[in-house]
Amino acid sequence: MNLTIFLLALFDGIAYAALVFSVAVGLTLIFGVMRILNVAHGSLYAVGAYLTATLTGYVLALGFAPLLAFPLMIVSAVLVGVLLGGPIEWLLLRRIYNKPEVLQLLVTFAVFMILEDVQRLVWGTQPYFQASALQALGMVKVFGVNYTVYQLILLPLLALTLLVGLRFFLRHTILGKLILATTEDREAAQSIGIDADKVFLVTFIVGAALAGLGGALASPTTSILPGMGADMIVLSFAVVATAGLGQIEGAAFTALLIGLGRSFAVYVWPETAVLVPYLIMLIVLLVRPEGLFGSPTARKI
Amino acid sequence: MRKFLLTTAAILAAPIAALAAEKPAELKVGITTFLTGPASVFGVPARDAAEIIVEKLNAEGGIGGVPVALSFIDEGAGAEALTTEFRRQVEGGAHAMMGAISSGNCQTLAPLAEDLQVLNLMWDCGTQQIFEQNDYKYVFRTQANATPEMLATVLYLLKVKPDFKTIAVVNQDYAWGRDSWQIFSAALKALKPDVEVVGEFFPKFGAADFSTEISRLQAMQPDVILSTSWGGDLDTFIQQAAQRGLMNTSTFVIPLAESSLERLGSTLPAGHIVGARGDHYFLHPDRRDDADFQEFMAAFREKTGAHAIYPVFHMSQALAALKAAYEKAIAAKGGEWPEEDEVIAAFEGLTFQGLGREVTIREDNQGIEAQLLGMSVQSGDYPFATLENIMIFDGEALTTPVGQESVEWVSKLTPEYAASVKVDTYEK
Repeated sequence: MNLTIFLLALFDGIAYAALVFSVAVGLTLIFGVMRILNVAHGSLYAVGAYLTATLTGYVLALGFAPLLAFPLMIVSAVLVGVLLGGPIEWLLLRRIYNKPEVLQLLVTFAVFMILEDVQRLVWGTQPYFQASALQALGMVKVFGVNYTVYQLILLPLLALTLLVGLRFFLRHTILGKLILATTEDREAAQSIGIDADKVFLVTFIVGAALAGLGGALASPTTSILPGMGADMIVLSFAVVATAGLGQIEGAAFTALLIGLGRSFAVYVWPETAVLVPYLIMLIVLLVRPEGLFGSPTARKI
Repeated sequence: MRKFLLTTAAILAAPIAALAAEKPAELKVGITTFLTGPASVFGVPARDAAEIIVEKLNAEGGIGGVPVALSFIDEGAGAEALTTEFRRQVEGGAHAMMGAISSGNCQTLAPLAEDLQVLNLMWDCGTQQIFEQNDYKYVFRTQANATPEMLATVLYLLKVKPDFKTIAVVNQDYAWGRDSWQIFSAALKALKPDVEVVGEFFPKFGAADFSTEISRLQAMQPDVILSTSWGGDLDTFIQQAAQRGLMNTSTFVIPLAESSLERLGSTLPAGHIVGARGDHYFLHPDRRDDADFQEFMAAFREKTGAHAIYPVFHMSQALAALKAAYEKAIAAKGGEWPEEDEVIAAFEGLTFQGLGREVTIREDNQGIEAQLLGMSVQSGDYPFATLENIMIFDGEALTTPVGQESVEWVSKLTPEYAASVKVDTYEK
């Protein structure tokens, strides 16, 4: 392997990791705060992607510039968070926080199944493709290989912004501190007057919006079709579990690890590319069952 | 009283006895197709096509005066549910079954149909193994299989791009992706031994991202890139490859891309080799001026909003085969309704025509179907790529001879063979 190939694999790995992280971060946030493993996260991701493609297609048909696709991604993410995330927490999850974990898994899995069918009803079974946002940014040539600016530069920058922004939000804003306090000890937080119900609702909406944002960001790079959510939830879960559930910085590191592992596998031994993320997860969990960054007590499932 | 009862019984029994020798009220046909899952990109248009064809057929008097009644089974529900439902329909009196799209499902359903002694038309699946490994009495295939499809692709590639030196493959990691590459590479090695395979990628079925493979392919710069992928996987791969300029430096050979043309829109550039799993194309050069063809295409477009793709053609062929077999059996019986065995017998050497060219059933129950390939072009006539430099290969010479195994057979082909296959060329 020469230096060029090494760098190419590095770029591919980073671009892929950025996308995986932006989906996984919402999953790990929700788990970290609410101790709920949200299987429906995969559907929220898919709905975010569908919504972005539809809205962008509609706006472009009206004759607006392709750059408008970017604000529409944010719009889609917010819609997913508020219109889907809100009601899911408020109507379903709120009732089961004190029930066994297995019930939480079943409920979010049921939501996942329902949303899968809703997607089929609304968007049908034919794949969608809406790449205007990606095309609007053009390409860069590195070592004779064309990369899209969107994947090589924008996605990693956004992932970094997301990581730093979330860190800032949790540590340096009132609402973030309320969330952290509730995470630490719900009862103690309530006893000093924090409205834990509200904190949970906000957290879930933010987490759901992040899933939608992941879908929105992925939408220009891939075909949007039934089943895309299932694939993503499996991979996100691998990232989150390897990092340690609830670890946001850990999820970023693990996404990078898995992204790089996968891209180097494609260059060195393509047959193993599918296996690598799960191999990494297996090895990490064998050595550290609580995940790379997790503490033993944080484990619930 | 006793006499009264006997008379009543006799009166009641009489019409039943008479009916058994007569035509059924309707010809029940069960069709397995993907209504859910990734392969519903094929299954749903095929179901729509079946409904259009049968509606017209029934309006014209059905088959031998008997209307056809369709019922559909979703292959997306899994093999277990599929076999249960298949069995239930047969036991519920289905006269003929049509299964399946998935090769795996065909492997499951063929022996089951044989057990249940019900006519089964394999209307879409591609695996070449079924009739090479077993003899069947009740199972027929009303289209070609993977071998002629891949062989025709190799022949077309050699005709339009005879001087290429290197090839890479990006196929889905499941039976079709692996098997089609096995046949393609064996045929290529036999017909053009100096080609070097520089990369073999089998990303997982349903993969959403091929960026890394595309980077690596750009670094390798193969002359030709083959992908037998389909549906969302193919769309994604083509979109990502086109976005990053890979399609400007390598010629793509995409044997199932006819089914993605409309979805890909303006993304698919000109100059790439597109196949259709048979002579299936909504602008079929032999058929596009025929009234029945035009009428169907208009009806299909009105019903679905899309142009017909290859599974629609496959569906038309299976239904045409069913009709032709029944009519042949009825004619042989002097106009009377045939028994099942007489319908089965009628399939021997049966010739029928769906939306493509005529198809003939061979002695091993395999259909002989022509193969159409073309070069993509953005002509501006449609908002998506169409085909030019179309070639339609005769099916007979492409199909593995009865009793031989496909990979072994194609491995022994010689460069002279390529010139011997009959082919018609059309500008567009």
